[in-house]
Amino acid sequence: MKSLAELDKLREKLQEEMRLREGKEEVKVVVTMGTCGIASGAREVLTAILEEIGKRGLKGVTVTQTGCAGLCHCEPLVEVERPGRDKVTYGHVDEKKAREIVVSHLVNGQIIKEWAIK
Amino acid sequence: MELYRAHVLVCAGAGCISSGCQAVKSALEESIDRLGLKREVKVVETGCMGPCDLGPVIVVYPEGVFYRQLKPADAVEIAEEHLLKGRVVERLLYKAPENGKTAVTSDQIDFFKKQTRIALRNTGIINPESVEEYIARDGYRALGKVLTSMTPEEVIECIKKSGLRGRGGAGFPTGLKWEFSAKAPGKPRYVVCNADEGDPGAFMDRSILEGDPHSVLEAMAICGYAIGSSQGYVYVRAEYPLAVQRLSLAIEKAREYGLLGQNIFGTGFSFDVEIRVGAGAFVCGEETALLASIEGRRGEPRPRPPFPAQEGLWGKPTVINNVETWANIPPIILNGPEWFASIGTEKSKGTKVFALAGKVNNTGLVEVPMGTTLREIIFDIGGGIPGGKQFKAAQTGGPSGGCIPARYLDVPVDYESLTQLGAIMGSGGLIIMDEDTCMVDLARFFLEFVQDESCGKCSPCRIGTKRMLEIVERITRGEGRDGDIELLEELGQGIKSSALCGLGQTAPNPVLSTIRHFREEYEAHIYHKKCPAGVCRALMVYAIDAEKCNGCGRCALVCPAKAISGEKKKPHRIDVEKCLRCGTCMEKCKFGAIYTI
Repeated sequence: MKSLAELDKLREKLQEEMRLREGKEEVKVVVTMGTCGIASGAREVLTAILEEIGKRGLKGVTVTQTGCAGLCHCEPLVEVERPGRDKVTYGHVDEKKAREIVVSHLVNGQIIKEWAIK
Repeated sequence: MELYRAHVLVCAGAGCISSGCQAVKSALEESIDRLGLKREVKVVETGCMGPCDLGPVIVVYPEGVFYRQLKPADAVEIAEEHLLKGRVVERLLYKAPENGKTAVTSDQIDFFKKQTRIALRNTGIINPESVEEYIARDGYRALGKVLTSMTPEEVIECIKKSGLRGRGGAGFPTGLKWEFSAKAPGKPRYVVCNADEGDPGAFMDRSILEGDPHSVLEAMAICGYAIGSSQGYVYVRAEYPLAVQRLSLAIEKAREYGLLGQNIFGTGFSFDVEIRVGAGAFVCGEETALLASIEGRRGEPRPRPPFPAQEGLWGKPTVINNVETWANIPPIILNGPEWFASIGTEKSKGTKVFALAGKVNNTGLVEVPMGTTLREIIFDIGGGIPGGKQFKAAQTGGPSGGCIPARYLDVPVDYESLTQLGAIMGSGGLIIMDEDTCMVDLARFFLEFVQDESCGKCSPCRIGTKRMLEIVERITRGEGRDGDIELLEELGQGIKSSALCGLGQTAPNPVLSTIRHFREEYEAHIYHKKCPAGVCRALMVYAIDAEKCNGCGRCALVCPAKAISGEKKKPHRIDVEKCLRCGTCMEKCKFGAIYTI
């Protein structure tokens, strides 16, 4: 560490990884992981989402899981909740779609309507 | 570090380690591995979270779910249910003992709700072995701030304005101490951390060193800049192996990152820290004895003045502060002295960490604003006295302190009010006693401790505490004489005014304060040969209630002195002359027929 600026830069990066323990939620991405979800590949979807968020340095996103939502035929499901907006639920998500959801919905704020469940 | 969807914090304070957190952690990690969650869930070892009686504890984030008293099998269940399926394991949540209400997260628990954490801000939240996690929580920002934007004088002014006083016991204003050293002639100057915590029942400093070692290192470097020193020493006792280990690792990591060593942040300021491990003599917590020990001499105190701020380590100006005091420095620099001064009372600013021990439901580590009442600490945070017993007194400041009886429960806890009551703030040990505690026996315990730990250099302490102990022991044996109380008071005052160092000057406090608040108990021992709390064995008489005794003979069988006799199926009796007062008969009696007078 050669300067204070270097420390600041490092801290910013590290803070994102520690944000989980602060309990302040901003954007929430929920992957339904009941038996049905896991069987149809929810785990791979979740890992892909985490990876993509990390790669792009997105801030203020909590990724979490929940149980079966009852829409087993649409699994894996991914819900995106942004404060003050309606929850959007995507069905039949795979790894590729998951990455695109991160880019399009979380980064650019564009809901991918054709994948969303109405 | 990488992104995870969940962090599982496993408390690895010494309390939880001794209740088996390592086995819980490995069960958890194995399960996470087996379930394929390794890439999603991170397991982190932290320092002491505080509620030691609930150990082993873990907290699962982002929800913040608090699980307590875990066994390895429980950890497997948490992994399978909570981490894999997202279902909270109700069975393992905390239930309030008073109303059975379940708390999911720690902020729903009274024990945590009523605390203000400054010195303990990171303890139990970060991994103490990771400098990265410390940096993420604003670590080393305060050091950066003073090095790049403040003059040494401004740093000292900031600490002075905050009103921070030494947390080791005496409460000397920290900023003033720094100023004395900065202005004292002589170079090089030194910065020392006193981590020789020795009071029975106190573990605040250990928990900070084990849970957040970097906060101490950062604060020492800040002081180094303020007083113009480039070398610091942490004096820590060998009985704290985990603290030594984590601190060594912290120093290593800080050097790696360039946060200690040459030319920190490219500002030309250099500072390094070394550890000195003490052998555990109580007197080495006294600053002059501590310095002597660092120098490699015998740990004996010397008269003051000159104070270490002027002539300390190797005769050079030295700032010596206690661990908790250091831990307060970085937040003061970052948030400003006004912020710190807004917490606490008029003369005692900020917070104080207490180690709650003894007869209290929630034993553990708590940090409260100065001026909080004992009632709040013991009953609201501590959860009251177990077994529905009555609160009798609280002992603060360990062997140098005194006891505070129940009628002062509403006195706000700060330096001045405790001194007025004949106790002291001390380093923060808080031992709670219920009605079953004999105050004379308590005084004997502490006296025995200081007598044992007296270094022997000055006669008031070496001989005086010995004579006092003899008198108190005689009283507990039922051989007390008229005039003993007055003699103890006279001896105590004499030792206080003539002993060389803090150890001797405070050694009579437990006796004097128990005489002051519980004189009637001493009188009961001396004049009536009775121990009202039923602790002093020599003063107890065992007897058998003839109505309850059915003559089963169990007591006679176990009595080592053959003091119990009687016909079968008829009430037995105890021969007082032969009775050793061991209490074995009372334990064995199934009918509760044996009682003590």
